[in-house]
Amino acid sequence: MSVHSEPGVMEGHLPEGCLLRDRYRVLGLLAVGGMSAVYKAQDLRFPNVRRICAVKEMVNSADSPETRAIALRNFERETSILASLSHPGIVQIYNCFTEGKRSYVVLEFVQGKDLETVLSETRGFLSEGQVVNWALQICAVLEYLHSHEPRPIVFRDIKPSNLMLDNHGQIRLIDFGIAKVFNTGEKGTMIGTEGYSPPEQYRGVADPRVDIYALGATLHHLLTKRDPRTEPPFTFDTCPIQEANPSVSLELVKVVHRALEYDVDDRYLSAAEMGRALTNLPSAGSSKATVRLETPTDHLNGVTPLWRFASEDEIRSSPAVDNRTLYVGAYDHNLYALDAETGEFLWKYPTGGGIASSPCVYEGIALFGSVDHALYAVDADTGRVRWTCPTQGKVWSSPRAAFGHVFFGSDDRHLYAVNVQGGRVAWKFEADGKVRSSPAVGEEAIYVGCEAGTLYAVDMSGNTRWRFRARRGVTSSPALAREMVYVGGRDRYVYGVDAQSGWLIWRYRTGGPVISSPTVDDKVVFIGSADGHLYALDAETGRLVWRHATGSQVTSSPVVFNDSVYFGSVDGYVHSLDTQTGDLRWRFQTGGQVTSSPTAAHGLIYIGSSDRYVYALPA
Amino acid sequence: MGFLRNWLRGPDPPAAGTAAAAGQRRPPAPSGLDVGWATDVGTIRDHNEDSVLVMSAAQEGDDRQPPFGLFIVADGMGGHRAGEAASSLAARVAAHHITRRCYLPALIRTESDAYQPSLNEILVDAVLAADDAVSQHVRGGGTTLTCALVLGSQAYIAHVGDSRACLLNETRLEQITHDHTLVERLVENGQLTAEEAASHPQKNVLYRAVGQGSPLEVDTHVRRIPHGNHLMLCSDGLWNVVSNADITRLIQEAPTLHAACQNLVAAANTAGGPDNITVILWRSPPG
Ligand SMILES: Nc1ncnc2c1ncn2[C@@H]1O[C@H](COP(=O)(O)OP(=O)(O)O)[C@@H](O)[C@H]1O
Ligand SMILES: [Mg+2]
Repeated sequence: MSVHSEPGVMEGHLPEGCLLRDRYRVLGLLAVGGMSAVYKAQDLRFPNVRRICAVKEMVNSADSPETRAIALRNFERETSILASLSHPGIVQIYNCFTEGKRSYVVLEFVQGKDLETVLSETRGFLSEGQVVNWALQICAVLEYLHSHEPRPIVFRDIKPSNLMLDNHGQIRLIDFGIAKVFNTGEKGTMIGTEGYSPPEQYRGVADPRVDIYALGATLHHLLTKRDPRTEPPFTFDTCPIQEANPSVSLELVKVVHRALEYDVDDRYLSAAEMGRALTNLPSAGSSKATVRLETPTDHLNGVTPLWRFASEDEIRSSPAVDNRTLYVGAYDHNLYALDAETGEFLWKYPTGGGIASSPCVYEGIALFGSVDHALYAVDADTGRVRWTCPTQGKVWSSPRAAFGHVFFGSDDRHLYAVNVQGGRVAWKFEADGKVRSSPAVGEEAIYVGCEAGTLYAVDMSGNTRWRFRARRGVTSSPALAREMVYVGGRDRYVYGVDAQSGWLIWRYRTGGPVISSPTVDDKVVFIGSADGHLYALDAETGRLVWRHATGSQVTSSPVVFNDSVYFGSVDGYVHSLDTQTGDLRWRFQTGGQVTSSPTAAHGLIYIGSSDRYVYALPA
Repeated sequence: MGFLRNWLRGPDPPAAGTAAAAGQRRPPAPSGLDVGWATDVGTIRDHNEDSVLVMSAAQEGDDRQPPFGLFIVADGMGGHRAGEAASSLAARVAAHHITRRCYLPALIRTESDAYQPSLNEILVDAVLAADDAVSQHVRGGGTTLTCALVLGSQAYIAHVGDSRACLLNETRLEQITHDHTLVERLVENGQLTAEEAASHPQKNVLYRAVGQGSPLEVDTHVRRIPHGNHLMLCSDGLWNVVSNADITRLIQEAPTLHAACQNLVAAANTAGGPDNITVILWRSPPG
């Protein structure tokens, strides 16, 4: 299982002048590698022009006919994928064919030099601006490859000799590792090059981020002139860039090191993210205009709210929609009922304090808490009060109704179960701390966190089934799915706990307190963190699927609707991301921080902002 | 070990309550583990490089614990007896780690709220400890390692290599783990079809195994095993030669789990027995 790229010997080069397929006349040898030879050739199909191409020759050296056949089929599959690509940074494929044990690919001839040659011909160091310009171009190509459908294409062998600089200053990717399909040595499990390849590639992982690492290694090589193939693997941190080449800026050093992080999750998550970091470098200056990089600003336009409604103070809670009515609480003490389609005001109900709790509607009754210590039940149609339930503390927790009861927490450290029709308290459950988390109601138990850090499972009679302790408060509201309870903690962790037993199955550490509440969709847990990211975690293992950086804390709780995940950020935007990739679909700027959580209904996304508005946005 | 303590604050066993309410005296429902296993050298090889480890614990009494089961299959490789040394050491080190970090603390609990590792972390650490031990002590040896920790009806699995953990319901065998073989990888990437993979000359080349000296990535899985369903762990000596349909049938038809394991081994040997064969079967207790 060792990793190697053993050179199989290429014998018998094609002589100058020889003809392939009666069409390609060999003009000379360009390069000989471990598993291939590259020739310069003329395509005789076009007799009136001198059309030059590059012909790459590979030998199918497997002993058994079956293995040979498999290698050949892989060769054809790979070349046809590549033939379908079209990008100015990727060399074009013209043709491919096989003659006996030899297979050929005919490529566009690139007039220029590969970066390894450029590097060896450079006296002193390459300029930072030059290297950053190339890096940006490579990021753009990688972004193209990584977003290939139906599955991303991972190049897996970024290094100077596989990057050509043409006479127009364009970087061109040349070597798509097709030759490797013929490498049938029993140990040949790896595609890539020692020194440039990240640790996980040695284990067969083909995540797009292996290309990010290899790009980092390439940049390191270009900037320092130290060949990573001659150093022990993964030792870039022991070879400081500025020590080798003091002219490199600290900002660029940071970018390169981020790409070279040993742990894949610590690297840039995408070529686009790395491209943005490079664009922001002072040394990127002049080259910006020449590079086509998709930046989020491209997406910004086009989202206009269908309507917005102004309350008199911040809206921090999440709206609730029932039939055609939208209910939302504001810090101005009112619960508002609006027409969900038009935003038209229907009625409002004033309480004695700000409303940070999100309403829920159950059996024709709108239920919500207020910091005036009470829970309110008002008629969902008329706004007339049915009953109130006073507690001994502020009610930040959002009520959840099921089984004829409404469950909510209070700063008086209790979880309440109250009969919805009569307003009678069925039971109170005493927690270790204030209950600001909103309960999740399952078939057999109710799950809720408290500010002392305990997550409880309480049965339908108000007795503890189990408790789980986080290290800090649990303000986040648990989500129940797949017989697991998911919740965030102020201790920065996201937890996955067995719903039946309270066993901690996994935890994932983010960079900041997790106040946001999780939502689970198709085996993925989405949750925000005060570190500014929205995270997508595998629901079974807690591993990171992707994360997306916003400009500030994400305390809003995400909602998933039609393959997009929506949430607000303190950066003032409502964000819409692709659930699969975490790529930004659009973002919409409000006039204030968005701690409110969105609600999806009628094909719209409803959300409040501290600019006092509630918005209806097209999903 | 707060999280183990939590378990124990669970509801009263419902069986006792109902029996008492009905005024009858019935022996308490057995809450131990129903498990069988077998391992065999096969018909071609001259020694068995597979290792198997089965632990099953149950306890009744005041402060009741959930039934605990630990099942490990390891399939070693490497010449000069390094294969069996690697698989045996890996299984023992992993079991030692899991019992020490997870089972023993539950027997005698202290009230300290020490930092709680998650079950996934305990399992992954156990496999990494096995990896360390094999790298250090068995030169030239490597092994697959599939560990299943069962608590109540929940199975927690850590896995490296091409041994398998499968869930069997009445009709179907579902593979929980992924084979870390090169060929499987090519199939996942759409570069080979399943048929091509089956006859591929390198079909048993692993790209991940314990004891290979490279940073090891460990897969984890969590599955609730519904009552009456089976969890099966086996080495490739079984799944390479006996079809899923035959495995399912043999388990369904056998009178006991032990007999089922014997029959599975016999079927693999009838099919040529080209490799060592190991199987563990566990049945989730009826609710
Ligand atoms: N399309 C091309 N145009 C011009 N030169 C090329 C072209 N393709 C390859 N080369 C030259 O041949 C060298 C080896 O090609 P490459 O495809 O990387 O083969 P290998 O599989 O041996 O690494 C390159 O570094 C470059 O100098
Ligand atoms: Mg090359």
